[in-house]
Amino acid sequence: MSLTAANAGQLLSLMECGDASAVDVTQACLDRIAAHDDQIGAFIHVDAAHALAQAERVDARRTAGASLGSLAGLPVAVKDILCTHDQPTTCASRMLRDFHPPYDADTISRLRAADAVILGKTNLDEFAMGSSVENSAMQPTRNPWDITRTPGGSSGGSAAAVAAGMCPLAVGTDTGGSIRQPASFCGVVGLKPTYGRVSRYGLIAYASSLDQTGPLANDVRGAARLLQAIAGHDPRDATSVQVDVPDYTARLETPIADLRIGIPREYFSEGLSDDVAECVREAIDVLRSLGAQTVDISLPHLRYSVAAYYLIAPSEASSNLARYDGVHYGFRADTFDDMIDMYCTGRGAALGAEVKRRIMLGTYALSAGYYDAYYLKALRVRRLIRQDFDRAFEAVDVIAGPVAPTAAFKLGQFVDDPLSMYLTDIYTIGANLAGIPGVSLPAGVTTDGLPVGLQLLATPFAEETLLRAGRMLERETTWHTRRATLES
Amino acid sequence: MNRDPAASSNQPANDEWTIVIGLEVHVQLLTNSKLFCGCVNRFNPDQPNEQTCPVCLGLPGALPVMNRKAFQLSLKTALALDCQIAEFTKWDRKQYYYPDLPKAYQISQYDLPFSHDGFLDVELGDQPDQAQRIRIIRAHLEEDAGKNIHDESGRGRDSQIDLNRCGTPLLEIVSHPDIRSAAQARKYLEELKLLLTYLGVSDCNMQEGSLRCDANVNLHIPRGDEVVETPIVEIKNLNSFRGVELALEYEAQRQWREWQSTERRLGDVAKVTRGWDAERGVTFAQRGKEEASDYRYFPDPDLVPVTVSAEQIADISDTLGERPAARRRRLMSEFELNRDSARVIIDQGAEFAGYFEDVCGVCGAGPLTANWLTQDVLRVLHETKARITDFPLSADVLGELLTRIAEGQITTNSAREVFNSLIDARQQSGPASPEDIGRLIQERGLAIVSDQATIQPVIDAILAENPQAVSDFQNGKQGAVGPLIGKAMQHIKGADPKTVRQMLIDAMTG
Repeated sequence: MSLTAANAGQLLSLMECGDASAVDVTQACLDRIAAHDDQIGAFIHVDAAHALAQAERVDARRTAGASLGSLAGLPVAVKDILCTHDQPTTCASRMLRDFHPPYDADTISRLRAADAVILGKTNLDEFAMGSSVENSAMQPTRNPWDITRTPGGSSGGSAAAVAAGMCPLAVGTDTGGSIRQPASFCGVVGLKPTYGRVSRYGLIAYASSLDQTGPLANDVRGAARLLQAIAGHDPRDATSVQVDVPDYTARLETPIADLRIGIPREYFSEGLSDDVAECVREAIDVLRSLGAQTVDISLPHLRYSVAAYYLIAPSEASSNLARYDGVHYGFRADTFDDMIDMYCTGRGAALGAEVKRRIMLGTYALSAGYYDAYYLKALRVRRLIRQDFDRAFEAVDVIAGPVAPTAAFKLGQFVDDPLSMYLTDIYTIGANLAGIPGVSLPAGVTTDGLPVGLQLLATPFAEETLLRAGRMLERETTWHTRRATLES
Repeated sequence: MNRDPAASSNQPANDEWTIVIGLEVHVQLLTNSKLFCGCVNRFNPDQPNEQTCPVCLGLPGALPVMNRKAFQLSLKTALALDCQIAEFTKWDRKQYYYPDLPKAYQISQYDLPFSHDGFLDVELGDQPDQAQRIRIIRAHLEEDAGKNIHDESGRGRDSQIDLNRCGTPLLEIVSHPDIRSAAQARKYLEELKLLLTYLGVSDCNMQEGSLRCDANVNLHIPRGDEVVETPIVEIKNLNSFRGVELALEYEAQRQWREWQSTERRLGDVAKVTRGWDAERGVTFAQRGKEEASDYRYFPDPDLVPVTVSAEQIADISDTLGERPAARRRRLMSEFELNRDSARVIIDQGAEFAGYFEDVCGVCGAGPLTANWLTQDVLRVLHETKARITDFPLSADVLGELLTRIAEGQITTNSAREVFNSLIDARQQSGPASPEDIGRLIQERGLAIVSDQATIQPVIDAILAENPQAVSDFQNGKQGAVGPLIGKAMQHIKGADPKTVRQMLIDAMTG
């Protein structure tokens, strides 16, 4: 078995048996990156030296019989929006091109504590604003299944890295679908945890009330293992929740008896491509064949979710990104007239068009005289959407549906049409607005051979349910074992 | 005790207008750490940017977590101001760009402050029995900004930014426009400072910026049946009590002149912000940064709302202790002090008032103790720049000394001699004990001698030596007895002057 095609569990077994070292695994990943990342563009920064040094440490400790963390020797790629004290953290923005945080995000600290090997930082839409990584100021990222297409976004670099066999595990963040949609487009597992499950400390904020860090992996067990490592209460994040973290892998192989699956009628309506609808229906049928029962449900306010999201997220973004003024760190223009001009010139030059669009949207929505009509109203809609989910989960364990209306679209397809791009977030945004967990599972391919994901949603802190249901599907299908073929 | 000439402006200076003032006071709270991070909360201008971390630097990804101690101190203050406490309060972002504000927003409280609707009673020097109630609109908690330091050498060097102050817990206390004179504004601030220092929530050091004040002021001008209001002016960053008073007096005159020349009323122009130039003694128009700003307040999604239970309020109320105004009243009733003495003692702080009560507990003589504390003890404290907690004489010792006076055992002059020798000896002999009082009186022969058998020979000798004085007295010159008393006292230290005087008179008339 190729080290770069293996999943996390297989790699751990190899390392535990002594059939491969962490250095072997890390080197295989680095070789794969070296061979193919010029084409894919998954990584903004690869830290080969640090990664190999860490792998050597793990190998030495393993040889010495020392106890090791749960991710010992496993290469992990991290979306370049999580602060790392030993690597730059750019958010794929000119603004932070040279920013070196003096501290690690909580997620990074936990990865280090689990003895993971941090390979490098992956590409994203600037400040996580986008669904295609086309808003990255650094480089495009291409879908390993079809390099003319997007890997999805904003965690497209992380999803592409896993799909390209550059790492078995990657960390992404999901504000409106930014883990699940690229997972779907790249044919990998991607899970957005419950809001508050994973600390946001050191996650550079896009929309604070929606942002959540989560795992991407080439199988469900890998995602469970990675989530296990990064979840947990953090006193440095006031929105981090004090709920015990269960052992996500302990009961993974135990199918959920009588799983009740809610099928929202609003999910299978206009806008959904036939290819995707068919894959999703077939995946649900697989679960049904395992004893699951399906229940028709309704999420009546779902159709307002895109509108609500594109008021709430930009409002928070307009505030969160105001700190990039070039005074203390980040980009500052070489010449300017006065203080105000310094702000205008620096931000004008260093922030991309989509980021500016959202800052302006949010600034408008929070302005005196508009606040009630836009921001406050969006918050009310958010509450209604949460109530929709609460009501639905009274009768079902999970809600199933598509992740995105289509499989991966062509690079450039929506570049001049941001609104159409926004509308593709329709199926994923609800989970962020409601704060509930969601997962995208490889569930089929289109006639073009592009991966399609099945989305499952559950109640707060029911990540285990999602993972067990995902594993049920995985045991009956082979979608997760497909690997993209890269041109050499 | 109000000897300040400016107190004469308690009343409107004239019948032509009334000044109407509301104050916004910012108080830095005495917490160990900052409001939303673990950095030390300490005034430290000499080591700029040393007391900072990713949170108060506003670095990407850093998140605030509320300091519970700061919130409790705020609750304590609000309860002491008789404010209503909100059961539910939240944090809002006040957004504006400024280099000393690294997040480009200040975490503050907008529409749901944690407290509202309180009051502070302020006594005025020349109206001793009439306290004026100044209503408090609200008190809310927020984080302080950093400090921009501009080159004042005129050489155009870069401005510098010190973020040590950034994130310091700041309590903003907003009064109703209930204040009607510059002197009253000052009194309000003094009373507020006294309360805050009694509560131990702030050191209120205005030089270091731990208490800052903005004033909103306009004039109400009677015109026939109506009262015309002049445009409200906000005077920013008043950093001394005297400055507040002078700025308001100046501003009243300025607004009166402006009204006479422009007749502009409230609403005719946008709210104006003026600065106070203490050097020149004038207020000056500031550029219109504030007027047009829309702070785009919205709830901070990084912080969770705070709920306050009735039990919490009760627990904190139990820790309030006696507030200065109540203690002042009690000193007057329980220890028979006059208003000035009570005020001076209370103004020195809770420890000083406690010392007063302890000394009284020993000697039982309120006014006598008050005299000694406000004169002798305060003098020593001023000379040595010490606090009452460092005063070398314990309440037991001073109480013992004052007991001797109260019981007529020694004269005030003798007591002062003992007092001074104990103060002078404090370096060599360690803390004095009450027994030292008796010993010193003994050693120095300071006990009042009223035994006539001891005094009589001295009287006889003095009369013999001063025939002129005797004849003057006998010719009706009452004053001639004074110098003779003095001479007798020189001979017998501690002689009771009353007894000496009577014996002299008896001898000369006899």
